[in-house]
Amino acid sequence: MSDAARTIEAIYRIEAPKLIARLARMTRDVGQAEELAQDALVTALERWPADGMPDNPGAWLMQSAKHRAIDALRRRQRFDRIGEALAEAPPERVDVADAVAERLDDPIGDDLLRLVFTACHPVLSPEARVALTLRLLGGLTVDEIAKAFLVPSPTIAQRIVRAKAALAEAHVPFEVPRGDELAERVASVLAVLYLIFNEGYAASGGDAWTRPALCDEALRLGRIVAELAPNEPEVHGLVALMEIQASRLAARVAPDGSPILLLDQNRARWDWLLVRRGLAALDRAEALGPRGPYTLQAAIAACHARARDAAQTDWARIAALYGELSAIAGSPIVELNRAVAVGMAEGPAAGLAIADELVDALPGYHLLPSVRGDLLAKLGRVTEARAEFERAAAMAGNARERELLLERARKLR
Amino acid sequence: MRFMIIVKATKESETGATPSPEMIACMGKYNEELTKAGVMLDAAGLRASKYGARVKFGPGKKPTVVDGPFTEAKELVAGFWIWECKSREEAIEWAKRCPNPHPDASESEIEIRPIFDLSEVPGLLEQAQAIIDASKK
Repeated sequence: MSDAARTIEAIYRIEAPKLIARLARMTRDVGQAEELAQDALVTALERWPADGMPDNPGAWLMQSAKHRAIDALRRRQRFDRIGEALAEAPPERVDVADAVAERLDDPIGDDLLRLVFTACHPVLSPEARVALTLRLLGGLTVDEIAKAFLVPSPTIAQRIVRAKAALAEAHVPFEVPRGDELAERVASVLAVLYLIFNEGYAASGGDAWTRPALCDEALRLGRIVAELAPNEPEVHGLVALMEIQASRLAARVAPDGSPILLLDQNRARWDWLLVRRGLAALDRAEALGPRGPYTLQAAIAACHARARDAAQTDWARIAALYGELSAIAGSPIVELNRAVAVGMAEGPAAGLAIADELVDALPGYHLLPSVRGDLLAKLGRVTEARAEFERAAAMAGNARERELLLERARKLR
Repeated sequence: MRFMIIVKATKESETGATPSPEMIACMGKYNEELTKAGVMLDAAGLRASKYGARVKFGPGKKPTVVDGPFTEAKELVAGFWIWECKSREEAIEWAKRCPNPHPDASESEIEIRPIFDLSEVPGLLEQAQAIIDASKK
């Protein structure tokens, strides 16, 4: 690719979400909006190297794309008129350009937010939401998305085409939901972002334990959404959670590729810029209202981030925060985490009492016997502890993890 | 990819004068744009070099301290951003959109430098860790 083409691509990446968002509001069709934006890029690639770069490339792209959108709307209107004439109904005369101009008084941020909600609409499957969000808002190419998710490009291309068709078919309005619907739709947006983040953080396939590019992208999108919807506490909570988790990316993998647990990580290798950003986002979330599930998880992550070394961790606060999380979004896994924190804060007996309650709720989950083994060992109940570690090893799906558990069992002999 | 965007000093910025309210407003607007695009990670403006110091090292010598101010304004840093961008081209494009940081100077300059990630060099951090571990024994 030539230097000029790379520059134009970079400009397009910066401008694409804004272009698509504005065009989608004009045409009410996200799929068509993306095509129109792409057309504007193609024109720019033809013209700019010959005519020279415009002074304001973003405005140039927007103008070019808007003209195309108006043409498309005129064609559609003409088409509708033919339909109406056939139905012998008097056509409604609207000047398209005027109507469009009238619709465009709002600031661009509103259109971008509409695009976020549309790409993460519940009529789409979670996979479709992820692909569409990365394509329309992240500006990633189909090949880049495919590479990140380790699937063939045609799979992603098809997923995106189908998602756009599904939105059109369901007549999903291009709008920011209101009232009761808002909370649920915000939750859907946040879930999509966290799904992208986790795909990168705990790579479910492939050789690498993490795929940081996806974490970076989820974080960037999270930061954008936080500015688009600054009054939603959980948006900041999720950003805080992702910033703090991402700060540990470099420290959580050993040279041989095996994971390093949080308490064993070299904290000098944490990314302190991200930690600081995470703590600031957490402050923003907590200032806006009561702590939701993401904000609580971020607050727990922040307890570790604030401790200079593992021994200084404020376990009592972590235990209390897990208690809060349990009350609003309780699950056996949250309780198991609480058992660990209480075990650290109040002693192994208190932790074990909580873990013991979970035996029926978490059958086949290897971390339960692993946690119980740890607490029993601390209480000096060696034989029981060994049996728990062996049970945990038999349940673990990951070879490296199994080896680790068996080693712990052996050490108790 | 992370970049450091360095705003170079000028004779004017080295006088230590506070930037004008207009300048602060323009930069504020630009910073807001960077934040909304998810590009901005950090930013800071530096005081003039007369408030700073340099610590100089030489082989076999103890470090010596030289107080500011320093000459060669063009080589000094007046402020910086840390950005997250997808490519060098994207960082350059954003830098081109910056308001002129020193409108009164005859020339001002912004430098774009990719941040070095030690983990990109295979084995380097592991070797360093081995040295740290050995020194602890």
